[in-house]
Amino acid sequence: MNMLLSQAVKKTKKIKNKALLLSSALLFSTTTISQVQAQELDIKVTNLTQGIYFTPILIAAHDGDTKLFKSGEVASAELQMMAEGGDISALSAMLTNADKAENPAMGLLAPTMSTSTMLSTMDGNMYLSVVAMMLPTNDGFIGVNSWMIPSEAGTYSFTVNAYDAGTEANDEMITGGGAPGAVGIPAAPGMDVGTGGTGVTMTEDNAYVHVHRGNLGDDDLTAGRSDLDNTVHRWLNPVARITVTVN
Amino acid sequence: MISMNKKIALIGLVGLMLSACGGSSSSMMEEDMPDPMITYSYQVTVTNLTYAQPMSPLALILHNEGQLWTVGEMASVALENLAESGDNTDVLADAIALSGKSGSGLLLPGMSEVIDVSYTFTDVNNAPMMLSLATMLVNTNDAFTGINALGINNLAIGESISLTTSSYDSGTEKNSELMATIPGPAGGGSGEGFNAERDDIDKVAMHSGVVSVDDGLMVSALTQAHRFDNPTLAVMVTRTE
Repeated sequence: MNMLLSQAVKKTKKIKNKALLLSSALLFSTTTISQVQAQELDIKVTNLTQGIYFTPILIAAHDGDTKLFKSGEVASAELQMMAEGGDISALSAMLTNADKAENPAMGLLAPTMSTSTMLSTMDGNMYLSVVAMMLPTNDGFIGVNSWMIPSEAGTYSFTVNAYDAGTEANDEMITGGGAPGAVGIPAAPGMDVGTGGTGVTMTEDNAYVHVHRGNLGDDDLTAGRSDLDNTVHRWLNPVARITVTVN
Repeated sequence: MISMNKKIALIGLVGLMLSACGGSSSSMMEEDMPDPMITYSYQVTVTNLTYAQPMSPLALILHNEGQLWTVGEMASVALENLAESGDNTDVLADAIALSGKSGSGLLLPGMSEVIDVSYTFTDVNNAPMMLSLATMLVNTNDAFTGINALGINNLAIGESISLTTSSYDSGTEKNSELMATIPGPAGGGSGEGFNAERDDIDKVAMHSGVVSVDDGLMVSALTQAHRFDNPTLAVMVTRTE
């Protein structure tokens, strides 16, 4: 037998006694199926990068019809606000029936750091999505789109790739521009913030959400094409790890 | 197998001595019988998937607790040594290791190496639970890759686990890519290995890749050939005994 673990959905089985839930279902026969099967979740997000910060993270358990983003589709205005400026308020407002956590890290999630929150799959919210802008990037974000939450108790772990919202040219110039449509990168927390870049590119020809090609950066902090440092602000996928404990 | 044969020989010897003494009670025989030895053996096949990053001699350990590194925490000095210089001695001697095995030498790009590691014990509760592997990408400042505490306790004889590995940065040496800091062949053979100073973020993270002189780092001793992407190793672990 050969268990292929390369995509690393690790599962630790636990024994779970469902008898109590079943008996309460019998007692309250009006209870809907989804409520009977509701799971309490502990969710941890780890920033795996060495030099990239995550802006406030939006984590949601939602139904099968809700999507915060989809690769290969044009970003919504709400996604654009998050990806260009780190503003999750509009995306969060879309999640009317979801169980959600806004900004569990209470600000930036620094490189290698983790943050945790708790959600419930009550009301058929069986899908998990996670988004947060990556700084410094023009419109890069970490993205989990509708990961199906297992009903079996256990600890599940998987890694996350970086996406580009396709809404802004990756000029890599730190201008403070974080509003939708404003060019440039809003901020570069941490080390080696440059100035004087002439811009890596002025166009964004792929307007669909796609896997981010990474920052380029350069080796001149006061000139060159990019305001980013090529030894600090690059990354390779994956950029985050999500660990979900289904209780 | 060798240790098993030795054990059998020893039991035979004890038996002869006891019978030579004469009059020994059979209950004493039983008390002197050593517990049966149990051996768990694993065959680990490792393939270097990179274009031009030789891997330092592999460090392979079986253990029941702990892990070799944790993202967000400081690298141990043993791991720093491996990640900066390729020296696996201290990782193999780590206190958590029940049993360790070194690779035979550099694992060159495209090459595979098969390493057998085993652990012999008497108490059935002492079966090895985890397997870890670490090796340096030698044409870097402090990049390493490997397996961190892979659960092997449910692996039956003949079963395998296959996986690929990503690369990490020990966070202990700035990624200057200067010739004097690269211990591998790209450093010209005189690049520095271990240095106790920690002038990077001093936390283990995933590696962001090398930049190289061909991609905009003019002081770099590395070329486009030394760039890598994840994954960097393919590994198959098979329990053989």
